[in-house]
Amino acid sequence: MSEVRNVSVKDVEEAIYKLALDAAYHIPEDVLEAEKKAYEKEKSETAKKVLETIFENIKVSSEEEFPLCQDTGLGIIFLEVGQDVHFTDGYIVDAINKGVERAYKDGYLRKSSCHPLTRANYGNNLPAIIHTFVVPGNKVKIIFDAKGGGSESMSKVQMLKPADGRDGIIQTVVDWMIQAGPNPCPPTIVGVGIGGDFERAAVMAKHATLRKVGQPSDDPVLAEMEQEILTKINNSGIGPAGLGGLTTALAVHIEMEPCHIATLPLAINTACHVNRHKEIEL
Amino acid sequence: MAEYKLTTPLSDEDIIKLKAGDKVLLSGVVYTARDAAHMRMVESLKKGEELPFDPKGQVIYYVGPSPARPGKPIGSAGPTTSYRMNPFAPILIEKGQKGMIGKGKMSDEVKEACVKYKACYFASIGGAAAVVGKAVKKAEVIAYPELGPEAVRRLEVEDMPLFVCYDAHGNDLYEIAKKEWANKL
Ligand code: SF4
Repeated sequence: MSEVRNVSVKDVEEAIYKLALDAAYHIPEDVLEAEKKAYEKEKSETAKKVLETIFENIKVSSEEEFPLCQDTGLGIIFLEVGQDVHFTDGYIVDAINKGVERAYKDGYLRKSSCHPLTRANYGNNLPAIIHTFVVPGNKVKIIFDAKGGGSESMSKVQMLKPADGRDGIIQTVVDWMIQAGPNPCPPTIVGVGIGGDFERAAVMAKHATLRKVGQPSDDPVLAEMEQEILTKINNSGIGPAGLGGLTTALAVHIEMEPCHIATLPLAINTACHVNRHKEIEL
Repeated sequence: MAEYKLTTPLSDEDIIKLKAGDKVLLSGVVYTARDAAHMRMVESLKKGEELPFDPKGQVIYYVGPSPARPGKPIGSAGPTTSYRMNPFAPILIEKGQKGMIGKGKMSDEVKEACVKYKACYFASIGGAAAVVGKAVKKAEVIAYPELGPEAVRRLEVEDMPLFVCYDAHGNDLYEIAKKEWANKL
């Protein structure tokens, strides 16, 4: 057991503020690495041109602090709180929202949150979407994911039949990504959640998009499925920006949890080629 | 595949020569509109009211830019996913709109309208928004300011790089490209 530790929510607010700005302008290194590798292997001239434009965009964005994409996303926060943490100086959720609001204002980032029915824009990009997990220890880990609407819309949860099994899962993911085609701004990182229940599958799928790009699952069965799905998606020919080529997805990442004997939940969440996420431990 | 420099407003002749896969550098005025603005414009048409701009010969860019920093005309400004405008595009094409700029597939109805009324769907590279935004030299909100990023803007662009995606002859670049590169691994 660790000692109980006080963590000021003011520090959390500041951390969120910095992570949001960093994510908007600076691509994660592993994403850029994966894109460079894809460029080396790519055979389509058009695809190479598209990837070159993507590289130029990454450079301009970073040097001149223009957001990588005009859709700077909603703020998705994976918050891992050690059970021995005691938050002080205010309510943690308010602090997170304040950090997001300040970053989107000061950083000239687009405010994209709106009323679902009237579509009126709230003008502050709030609320942040927060997934909280209680973990051992007395640290706080924050992952900030700036999630755009185009790739998010190409997501789904489907309750498969247990008999669909491994092959049914692979087929469903491949069909879905091919049907999504150019919409989620390929090359994408495909997150897949298998098992748990309806909502756990979705959270796993999104969390999976944040893994270091191309790092295989620790589970050899899943690692093999990841490769098989990736090859099938890249054999679709969709290519970068949907203009044809060998690079439709950079990676497929699967997470899995036990499920009910009567269910086989499957979730797919897609991250676009600007997979903007940054993390810190407090 | 050819490369063209075009300036808006576009004519039937401009459109007819374009083939899916051609590259276009577009200059002149383009108007921005996304879902919310389209809903309002189509509503206005139903009521017999004026649109914020005359669509004849014009190109609509499906974009919701990020805010401009002081001294810059615009922030990042890449395309949004176009299928959400499927219900609206054919109506405006019938009214004379000549082009749409966006990313991703649109419907068969849009393709048919492009053939019937001589219009073109241009694909831009989604997520290359800082670079694409540089083609914008001037930006001014002309309608629905309360929609924020979704307001209608009048942009002046210079050599905006685009791909002809659906041409006026029924071709679809996404389908052609996909077929060409399928099963190559
Ligand atoms: S899917 Fe990603 S890259 Fe494409 S427009 Fe949305 S946020 Fe930008």
